[in-house]
Amino acid sequence: MIHRLFARSWTRTLVAAFVALVFSIAITSIVLSISGFNPPSTFQAMFEFGKEPDSIVNTLNKAAGYYLSALAVAVGFRMNLFNIGVDGQYRLAAMLAAAAGGAWSLPPVLHQLVIIIVAVLVGGLWAAVPALLKVTRGVSEVISTIMLNFIATGIIAYLLNPGRLAVQLGPNNIGTKTISRSGRVPGTPFPGTDLKLYSLLVIAILAGIGFWFMINRTRFGFDLRATGLSQSAAVASGVDARRMVVMAMVISGAIAGLIGMPQLLGESYTYSLNFPTGIGLTGIGIALLGRNGPVGIAFASLLWAFLDVSSQILDFNDIPKEIVAITQAAVLLSVVVVYEVVSRVGQRIDQRHVAAQLGEVAA
Amino acid sequence: MRRGVKIVAVAASAVMALSAAGCGGKKATTGGGGGGDGKKTLKVGLAYDVGGRGDKSFNDAAYAGLQKVQQELKLDVKDLEAKEGESDNDKIQRLELLAKSGYNPVVAVGFVYATALGKVAPKYPNTKFAIVDDNTIQQPNVTDLLFAEQEGSYLVGAAAAKKSQTGNIGFVGGVQTPLIKKFEAGYVAGAKKINPKIKIQIKYISQPPDFSGFKDPAKGKTIAQGMYDQGADVVYVAAGLSGSGSLEAAASAKKWFIGVDSDQWQTASAAEKPYVLTSMLKRVDTAVFNFVKSVGDGTVQKGDLRFSLKNDGIDYATSNPSALGDMTTTLNDLKQQIISGKITPPEK
Repeated sequence: MIHRLFARSWTRTLVAAFVALVFSIAITSIVLSISGFNPPSTFQAMFEFGKEPDSIVNTLNKAAGYYLSALAVAVGFRMNLFNIGVDGQYRLAAMLAAAAGGAWSLPPVLHQLVIIIVAVLVGGLWAAVPALLKVTRGVSEVISTIMLNFIATGIIAYLLNPGRLAVQLGPNNIGTKTISRSGRVPGTPFPGTDLKLYSLLVIAILAGIGFWFMINRTRFGFDLRATGLSQSAAVASGVDARRMVVMAMVISGAIAGLIGMPQLLGESYTYSLNFPTGIGLTGIGIALLGRNGPVGIAFASLLWAFLDVSSQILDFNDIPKEIVAITQAAVLLSVVVVYEVVSRVGQRIDQRHVAAQLGEVAA
Repeated sequence: MRRGVKIVAVAASAVMALSAAGCGGKKATTGGGGGGDGKKTLKVGLAYDVGGRGDKSFNDAAYAGLQKVQQELKLDVKDLEAKEGESDNDKIQRLELLAKSGYNPVVAVGFVYATALGKVAPKYPNTKFAIVDDNTIQQPNVTDLLFAEQEGSYLVGAAAAKKSQTGNIGFVGGVQTPLIKKFEAGYVAGAKKINPKIKIQIKYISQPPDFSGFKDPAKGKTIAQGMYDQGADVVYVAAGLSGSGSLEAAASAKKWFIGVDSDQWQTASAAEKPYVLTSMLKRVDTAVFNFVKSVGDGTVQKGDLRFSLKNDGIDYATSNPSALGDMTTTLNDLKQQIISGKITPPEK
């Protein structure tokens, strides 16, 4: 019975995720108790606040960005390629797409499409830089993508200036020219709140389905997974490793380019000084938490977004909201450790089962 | 197995990124007690910019304003802090949380709240809102608190040029935004007025959209240190919490430091005090004080409230008289000329 349950990898993942969650709640409770707060009432406050309509909308909207970000990271992770540069890729993409959308006036549908295509292209091209550096000069993508994040920040700071791509939005705020109505995507109403769901949540869902299909049902996905499991074996069986690196990086960057789109076309309409930052780095953690699978990442990004949103109520109750960062960190570290443990236990159960069967045959 | 190690390493670095983002060191506070002695309790909500309470500068100035009101009115204060990199929806929720829970007035500290306030204010017509550093939201229940930072920066620029013996001074900005460039422009103009040939080193800690420059004392220290090493003997630091690091550098180099927003001589340690020449005072405290009081009296004004040298909303600190010496005569003279309109410090 236990063997049959453990034979499936998704049950292992589920068990690991559950244990990790319990573990992180325990750690958070300890920290809360030490700081003199009551853990059950704290969690209850977070849960109560988290299920208000406003919070649900905010959680889903946030999760869309996190999900795309984690998918972008996961494409690389699947073949042991560490794209830490998702952050720079999405910010540069969102900024240039916003500038293009603000500068050009196009009929609806075409306008949105052009903005999204610009974002995907910019993200992909920016990610191609570390890929080419890796395959031609052997530069580690971890180092180059991290550095390219800083370079992206510099480029954005240079371009986001009045007289270049920015206009003054208020006495102290600057941003790209606001995208006209024809380029926006109206939000979807949600019962009980004025906040709107980003309609481009659909992009995240489609990207998730596309990711699953690409990894599991295409030749490219097979090569990707093969390279991730053993590069030498993959090369020996005819996979062009250099081509794979470039392709995976560019796809990762292209998905990264989508991260800012729900926010840009659904709410901000401009890339200004208060466009959200740091989503690309959060995505790394979420991809790990979701075990690089499209379903796991969906749950992970929802959990992450929920924790972010409900942290507001902690501040309101005079509980430091950095507590949430502790929960997130604990869940992340424990899921990595717990998964290792669970899969070893799983292996042992497998072995024992096989041994038992062999024993029966022998007897 | 090597793959597992690599994953753990990446997980660890992701956690480090998290904890770096989460460090704010905000201490929990106990809210104001309930009423009971007949005085009406005013529930005031405060929504901070990145950095939050404890930056000894911009955000603290807002809180100081409330503390002053507290001596006259009974206040129940709730102050909430922004997270770095958050979206407008988070800000909307924060302002709504305050308005919904009956906090009235609600003060949004920083222009980053503009978009969010534009959406929340019409929904709560009976709540009075104020926003610091922005006037794009024109609603009957919104008061805009604006400051002429270039005027005060002009004065401290003049002070720096007067004090400098090397003819070399510095400016450290937190984040290179239009707002902080106003500080720079005023400072440069004021210094050039005193000494047209003065050398001015200008550096910003971070570039938008990276707002960490307002809360990075370590970088504030390194950059100021670099300026002192290159011959500057006075450095003006407009960088929020990061300024505390610069002050450390000033004290260890035994050179002059000019603070910003709050009077940073007051909050400096005994060892650092002698090196605080002056501070450019942006009286967010006065603005918040007046606003909250006017809500208490029912005399609240909507629209733009501009604070400048003229109405003491901007000033320079004279808490370290031995350092300023007799230059206050020159500074007060310049101040009068700005008030009378003879000098108009540039905004960019």
